[in-house]
Amino acid sequence: MNPRLLPLYATIAIFLVACVICYIQFPYMLSTRVLGNLLTDNAYLGIVAVGMTVVILSGGIDLSVGSVIAFSGVFIAVMLRDTGLPAPVVFVLLLIVTTAFGAAMGGLIHGLAMPPFIVTLAGMFLARGAAYMLTIDSVPIDDPFYEMLRKAYYLMPGKGRLTLIGMVMLLSFAVGMVIAHRTRFGASVYALGGGENTARLMGVQVGRTTVGIYAFSGFMAGLSGIVFSVYTGSGYPLATVGTELTAIAAVVIGGTLLTGGSGFVFGTFIGVMTMGLIQTYIVFDGTLSSWWTKIVIGGLLLLFIVLQKGLLRLTSARFSGGLA
Amino acid sequence: MQTLRRLAPQIVTLLAVCLLVTLFFPGFLDISMSGGRLVGPVIDILKRSAPVALLAIGMTLVIATRGIDLSVGTVIAICGAVAAWAIAGGMGLWAAVALAIGAGLLAGLWNGVLVAVIGIQPIVATLILMTAGRGIAQLITEGRILTFTDPGFAWFGSGTLFGMPVPAVIWIVTGVVMAQLMRRTALGLLVEAIGINRRASALAGVNALVLLIAVYMASGLCAALAGIITAADIRGADANNAGLWLELDAILAVVIGGNSLLGGRFSIAAALLGALIIQTIDTGILLAGFPSEYNLVIKAGLVVIILVLQSPRLATEWYFWRRSVREGPPPATTKEHAR
Repeated sequence: MNPRLLPLYATIAIFLVACVICYIQFPYMLSTRVLGNLLTDNAYLGIVAVGMTVVILSGGIDLSVGSVIAFSGVFIAVMLRDTGLPAPVVFVLLLIVTTAFGAAMGGLIHGLAMPPFIVTLAGMFLARGAAYMLTIDSVPIDDPFYEMLRKAYYLMPGKGRLTLIGMVMLLSFAVGMVIAHRTRFGASVYALGGGENTARLMGVQVGRTTVGIYAFSGFMAGLSGIVFSVYTGSGYPLATVGTELTAIAAVVIGGTLLTGGSGFVFGTFIGVMTMGLIQTYIVFDGTLSSWWTKIVIGGLLLLFIVLQKGLLRLTSARFSGGLA
Repeated sequence: MQTLRRLAPQIVTLLAVCLLVTLFFPGFLDISMSGGRLVGPVIDILKRSAPVALLAIGMTLVIATRGIDLSVGTVIAICGAVAAWAIAGGMGLWAAVALAIGAGLLAGLWNGVLVAVIGIQPIVATLILMTAGRGIAQLITEGRILTFTDPGFAWFGSGTLFGMPVPAVIWIVTGVVMAQLMRRTALGLLVEAIGINRRASALAGVNALVLLIAVYMASGLCAALAGIITAADIRGADANNAGLWLELDAILAVVIGGNSLLGGRFSIAAALLGALIIQTIDTGILLAGFPSEYNLVIKAGLVVIILVLQSPRLATEWYFWRRSVREGPPPATTKEHAR
């Protein structure tokens, strides 16, 4: 068996075990209604986690995404309120802005050889600050097009509603999987995660790839911002504080190594679903406080990291054993 | 003299920021004595920079070992919650302080063991406590904001010692003690050795395991002190908001202080100057009368400028450009390159 797939299998196994535990306690939890809500509630997180997975696969990190989501919501709300532009045009404008923002950060990281952690940290301040500059209040969005987006859904068997934003998330994961695993860009990302110097010697265009990676993450954060604004129906500059860390946690729970070079986009999907399931369980239980979510997610993080560490040691021991 | 040269960029930046603020707000440098305590914007900055400065001290050491500690903001919340819980439970002042510091050391021990013994990447290892820690703090406060009225404990946040606010005294003393401990003994050298190459330093006989754990515990201790100050300042423990995102400010302070995130050479004084620069920018923007909405954008802009100026690649190119200007065009022979 391919040892690279082991973390992914472990992630899926834990998700299934969690599902079984939930089913035993609350049989109604395994309905399409709950599934529909799970997809809708975690749509923005899932979309941004796709971008984060690609960034982490390349060995980088993007701390700016939470702020970019908040900026997107405010940008859309203010543009719709103050200009007569139709919503789709605003969407396109926003995606251009956030993609360019990501590309600029990628350019700085490559051009100045600065650590991604610090550059995206500055980006985080900048995006949040830009959101404050547009408005400091929560701006409601009333737009007929928005109403339509929010109400659009597909009725699954069992009366569960697969909303439009849930579908957008599933689509993002599909696109992310194709990009990461089936394109030249994806191969470059993995190579870069394995080591910048080796990647360069292999002929990867490091600069172009780095800019592309952060541009992709910026695009995904913008898309996530659109979805979040559809979900909440407003733009608020203080929204989604700390989402970047939740996204990173989802990626790690999904079995991707934070050192880069190893992991799967599909694992991140399972990671997001696992985190959503924990929250749903706490809602179903009713007596547990919400802070248990944080503690359980912390515990899961630890479990996965130790698991990966063990697997890594196991496989490396086997390889060195084979050489000897 | 050498120390001064190392600190020069940070001192110049701080002076430039101060000058900039004074241009917008002429009374910036005024200090007066009122009721036995010094009063003025500068004193205020010294007081308000206490949490970030304290965190920056511990963070400098952690970063010098090529690590990072994302959990410190959460540890502030935990220690604040523990202290408030102890005070509210009638355990007395010193028991509360001791318990809070114990909690900080325990958090540091946890991080240190994950990093040094299990060998998890520091950023992930501390991310665990960062996520779970707020839950733990809320567990202690039972989701409420625990308030207390103990004047003795509140002294840590709003008291005065020798005319200076107590938080300012605490961070300055901690910084001096820690810097002396690192530089008057071989400890600093050993920490740097681990950051440059852990394996090599271990082979050379440095007990990297114990030292790494100790460094994370020092970071936890600093966070505990910051937690005590934060809780004492508002006379309550807010598990949700105490120390929120302060770890990022602390890392920024360390980086503005010219310390490399890749470990090795470090300077605690420079990191403290970095913390002062950040706080001066924050306070300065408010004093200068800009709407607080502009705060983050201006801060981000200044940070980018400072970082670009400190960028390693830019520094190298500047060096080569200066050399080529001084020596004229480089000779065409390959002798220079062969060196």
